[in-house]
Amino acid sequence: MAGAARISTLSGRGIPLRGEDIDTDRIIPARYLRAITFEGIDAHLFEDDRAAAAGGGRPHPIDDPRFAGGSILVVNRNFGCGSSREHAPQAIHRRGIHAIVGESFSDIFFGNAAVIGLPCVSAPKAGIEQLMAAIEATPGTAVRVDLEQLRCDWDGGHLSLQIPAAVRDAFLTGAWDTTGMLLDRYDEVRGVAARLPYVAGFR
Amino acid sequence: MGQTLLQKVWDRHAVRVLPTGQTQLFVGLHLVHEVTSPQAFDTLRARGWTVQFPERTFATVDHIVPTIGRRRPFLDVMAEDMIAALERNCRDFGVPLWNLGDARQGIVHVIGPELGLTQPGLTIACGDSHTSTHGAFGAIAFGIGTSQVRDVLATQCLAIEPLKVRRIAVRGRLPAGVYAKDVILSIIRRLGVRGGVGYAYEYAGDTVERMSMDERMTVCNMSIEGGARVGYVNPDDTTFRYLAGRPLAPAGEAFDRATAWWRSLASDPDAGYDDEVELQAEDLTPVVTWGTNPGQAVGVGERVPAPDDVPDGERRGVADALDYMGLKPGTAISGTRIDVAFIGSCTNARLSDLREAARVVKGRRVAGHVKALVVPGSAGVRAAAEREGLDEIFRTAGFDWREAGCSMCLGMNPDKLEGRQVCASSSNRNFKGRQGSPTGRTLLMSPAMVAAAAVSGEVVDVRELIG
Ligand code: SF4
Repeated sequence: MAGAARISTLSGRGIPLRGEDIDTDRIIPARYLRAITFEGIDAHLFEDDRAAAAGGGRPHPIDDPRFAGGSILVVNRNFGCGSSREHAPQAIHRRGIHAIVGESFSDIFFGNAAVIGLPCVSAPKAGIEQLMAAIEATPGTAVRVDLEQLRCDWDGGHLSLQIPAAVRDAFLTGAWDTTGMLLDRYDEVRGVAARLPYVAGFR
Repeated sequence: MGQTLLQKVWDRHAVRVLPTGQTQLFVGLHLVHEVTSPQAFDTLRARGWTVQFPERTFATVDHIVPTIGRRRPFLDVMAEDMIAALERNCRDFGVPLWNLGDARQGIVHVIGPELGLTQPGLTIACGDSHTSTHGAFGAIAFGIGTSQVRDVLATQCLAIEPLKVRRIAVRGRLPAGVYAKDVILSIIRRLGVRGGVGYAYEYAGDTVERMSMDERMTVCNMSIEGGARVGYVNPDDTTFRYLAGRPLAPAGEAFDRATAWWRSLASDPDAGYDDEVELQAEDLTPVVTWGTNPGQAVGVGERVPAPDDVPDGERRGVADALDYMGLKPGTAISGTRIDVAFIGSCTNARLSDLREAARVVKGRRVAGHVKALVVPGSAGVRAAAEREGLDEIFRTAGFDWREAGCSMCLGMNPDKLEGRQVCASSSNRNFKGRQGSPTGRTLLMSPAMVAAAAVSGEVVDVRELIG
């Protein structure tokens, strides 16, 4: 098994990021996919949205001093849709976000985030709204995401969380770094390959 | 009860259930490009891993490459570094690379099929969300992120959760001037950009059965825009005829054995589905997107919505999108002035797409204020189009005729929108900033509709031009 760290409870200040269908082009614009490492990519997180928000006189939640130092991102529906770029969760993670709580996530984003150790957990719309409202009313509110209990707690409220059991177990056991796990018992892989007629060119 | 193609292919590639409950799935074909692979190769190096199946791994360059002025080193230092990294990685790890100048170079989702690598019954992975394209052949093809690229390089496997299957049946004859692009845009409009999350889309019905492979690829390509990671069409004689004689497809008796296997993988008539949807082809018209996601679309004869017309939950999204696009609520989409016309991308830059666009363009001129370009999907498509004289038709009309790559689909190379330009585009994403300018605006449509917009200077119904 891969020796990644176990991830079970994540706490920090919350950052409410409102909006549905926030796509990965917005999370990290394509022009920042041009580097051959992820280093420094966090500087460009939400860059265009942030510029537009600043231009409109209201800081983007990422820049909002009220939420400075936040590490739990709270989002709405279908977060991370669009392009498969892992740069998106990388930029979020490297920005110091340890977990994302939201109504729902795109499949690819969810998977990309999981394999870098960034849990994305879901809760119904009404609960997310409560959490966002609580953080907005009292910026600095500490939010605690507990993968063991599948609960999210803050001062004055809590939510039940959902995450596919397999992914939750991966975080809890430290098996989210998948490569090692896939290399385990590799003879079985060779066996499957040998039974597939195309691998031998249909000979 | 019978099985779907998804179940059959899944079962044949499943290695085991992992301790996490996910399935370990063997990957039959791994396609690699310059943008999502460098960090993955670096991890292999750092951990001392090799590429397990270099013979099932193929690389090309498409996303960042210039479409003119390709002399090395590129003027763009970051692009040069990225290509150089891929060259080094392919050399060090024994992966074949179809580089610039190779007749096989092109957009990864165009060349896989063209070379005969993409075959029914394969599991295919590529670090790009439009990998769903390959499902047109009855393959199960996943777009993956860089960590999974690392997994597939190092293990030829994916750790993955099972998918449900939704059968989308399209029945009847498509009217003239209505294309595969309009079919998939209509499907996404109806089911929404989130409708497919957790599903594989199986496209079926006589309309799909009559489609060419190029058309099926266009449909499967945009599955991901509807939220479905995987989209596929059951393999049939059209599929086998397309593959026969392709350089990397099986040949001779092996081809016959392959055909028998491929045929056996199609969904059984009594297969069970998690959901079923039907569309009537006769009802469809050319579609144009008006907003900032591919589901925000209308028929070319319709008006863009007004925030008041839509349910409460969508109001803000619609208002935002109209505002970004600079469109007045409730105005007709046709007549929207464009600045740029882009014919390209893995959705619609195959030979048949260029033929349809050329048919519209022939004998006409690009409107004076429009910058128009055609970027063929592959070096192979480009050469074939030139043999037919399509390049001449486009050039004479005032289009730029470029070399193959992703180009203005995502604007990672020098082909970008500027400022708030409006682009009629045959690509697949109209997200804010997608085409290289943070404030640029995209109207998605079929290549024939892009051609019609290019010569008219505004969005028009292509059916009026092809009569
Ligand atoms: S053409 Fe566009 S969508 Fe297709 S692979 Fe290239 S960038 Fe991705």
